[in-house]
Amino acid sequence: MTASTAAQPTNGTPENFTPPHPSLHTNRVLPGFKMSLGFTIAYVSLIVLIPLAALAARPWEHGWDGFWSVVTDGRVLASLRLSFVTAAAAATLNLFVGLIIAWVLTRYKFPGVNILDAFVDLPFALPTAVAGIALCTLYATNGWVGSLLAPLGIKVAYTPLGIFVALVFVGLPFVVRSVQPVLADFDAEVEEAALTLGASPWQTAIRVILPGLAPALLTGFSLAMARAVGEYGSVIFIAGNMPYVSEITPQLIIIKLQEYDYAGAASVGMIMLLCSLVILAIINALQIWLFKRGRA
Amino acid sequence: MSLTVSNITKTFTKFAALSDVTFEAEPGEFLALLGPSGSGKTTLLRLLAGLDQPDSGAIAFDGENFLSLNARERRIGMVFQSYALFRHMTVAENIAFGLTVRPAGERKTKAQIKAKVESLLKLIQLEEYGKRFPAQLSGGQRQRVALARALAIEPRILLLDEPFGALDALVRKDLRRWLRRIHDETGVTTVFVTHDQEEALDLADRVVVLKEGRIEQIGAPLELYREPKSAFVFEFLGANNQAPGTLLGGTIDFGGFTATAIVKGASDGAVTARFRPFDTQISRSGPGFAVKVLSVLPAGANLRLELQTADGQVFETQHAHDSEASDLHVGDTVSLLPTKVYVFA
Repeated sequence: MTASTAAQPTNGTPENFTPPHPSLHTNRVLPGFKMSLGFTIAYVSLIVLIPLAALAARPWEHGWDGFWSVVTDGRVLASLRLSFVTAAAAATLNLFVGLIIAWVLTRYKFPGVNILDAFVDLPFALPTAVAGIALCTLYATNGWVGSLLAPLGIKVAYTPLGIFVALVFVGLPFVVRSVQPVLADFDAEVEEAALTLGASPWQTAIRVILPGLAPALLTGFSLAMARAVGEYGSVIFIAGNMPYVSEITPQLIIIKLQEYDYAGAASVGMIMLLCSLVILAIINALQIWLFKRGRA
Repeated sequence: MSLTVSNITKTFTKFAALSDVTFEAEPGEFLALLGPSGSGKTTLLRLLAGLDQPDSGAIAFDGENFLSLNARERRIGMVFQSYALFRHMTVAENIAFGLTVRPAGERKTKAQIKAKVESLLKLIQLEEYGKRFPAQLSGGQRQRVALARALAIEPRILLLDEPFGALDALVRKDLRRWLRRIHDETGVTTVFVTHDQEEALDLADRVVVLKEGRIEQIGAPLELYREPKSAFVFEFLGANNQAPGTLLGGTIDFGGFTATAIVKGASDGAVTARFRPFDTQISRSGPGFAVKVLSVLPAGANLRLELQTADGQVFETQHAHDSEASDLHVGDTVSLLPTKVYVFA
């Protein structure tokens, strides 16, 4: 039957023969493709897509006008600006510092390098609230660091600068851990080639190594930024949460929830989601462009 | 403009990578460093490039002490085994790299660099590929780009580390001829590392044979082949057979028959004799090892025989298709007479 018909390709396609869907019927090394694909789709839907859909369905209780009035509210806009600008600023600082730390950890051998390496993960491991309290204590005007900065007129705790410090703290491991393996695997011969061609160490770093790290740096930046935009625990302690000044968007959502304004909270969440998606799309496009240049 | 390497010794943490290596490369010479893996040939190349420093000894080029110059200052063109191309740069940018990193005072103008790159692209026959990225090239093309990049800086010496190592047999042969032609055109002194004796003998003006960090022999390909100084060189340069015998005054006794031996430092007594597969004669009767035919196979211009003695030793020999060997069948018993026997110390 089908098998024997399919096995006779003599005069082109035999009659009554519809070729199986190519993507589902090719020979695969591992069995269970359909089942695992089904599971993956179901799981991703359940865990990621359905909650997002629910969020998208929520804000419309008071119609478009209700949604619009919430998201154009000055306080909401101020918090969005604060959240995204400080997140981007923190991720940018982490980009540079993370690169240097990754460089030191992979390129130099010194006693304690492994311990230092382990410390980098602390912001991952620490409960964010603990980090928040620690930072707040440290940077308060009577804290260790804060008391040193206060005479210079620099106030960190309970200002946007404090938010920035907290976001730098939580975002650091992302850049380091993205760049580190790429830097460790960087072909030593490529650097040596640059050297024999007459490049100075500085020229080698800027023109040869850095472009090779660009995809990893971008990944690290986007991860740090994503984490920073959504960060709540470590920020609220140090932020001061002054409306229009130092109130981050997640905090605003909490406030709306506490006021039983579920539609309002969902509206703000929606806008945050959209902004994040746009940023993600831009970073992905950049990533693809870089990837195309590097490999093929 | 000759390169002089004298008494170079280099020790890594545990083992001596190079001990007391001395040789010279004439201006414009094409020199091969030949040896098995672990013989120190790549280490030697890296020392020449300035990527490593020797423990003792001297390297001079044209009278200038090379060891006081770092890799940047030596102006050496190095082609790495992995090619080490810059992945994010186009072929043209790769080739231009060595010219664009020059200090502002010595740098050529953009137009000059562009012209240089174009002439090199032409030399490597990749004129149309300047805007491609290395990932879009085949192995052989990448190899040529790596060579052009090294040539762009007008190097005083060209160093190549296993230049054909990663290529398939056909491309290899092509590139070999082509590399030789490039060398003859540019006239730059070239040192290349290889573990492939055929490649070394085919390409180089002279071959430096290395074993465990020491030079075994230096010589022109024919010289090495005809006058090997040691068993190692003899074995490394091609297939060979070994048989025990007793040496007495230039004649070797194999127990039943004798042969004239070419003696290289061996003293009389029990020795191991070595002979090439094609330095043999087969006969139905007559002097020689009594052997049984295990297989008769064609090997290009020759027939290849596998022969086994009564005590289990296997010889591999080669004979012309129209020789007596062509009548042999598996299982026949014949006599094998080596006609050119070497005995090394």
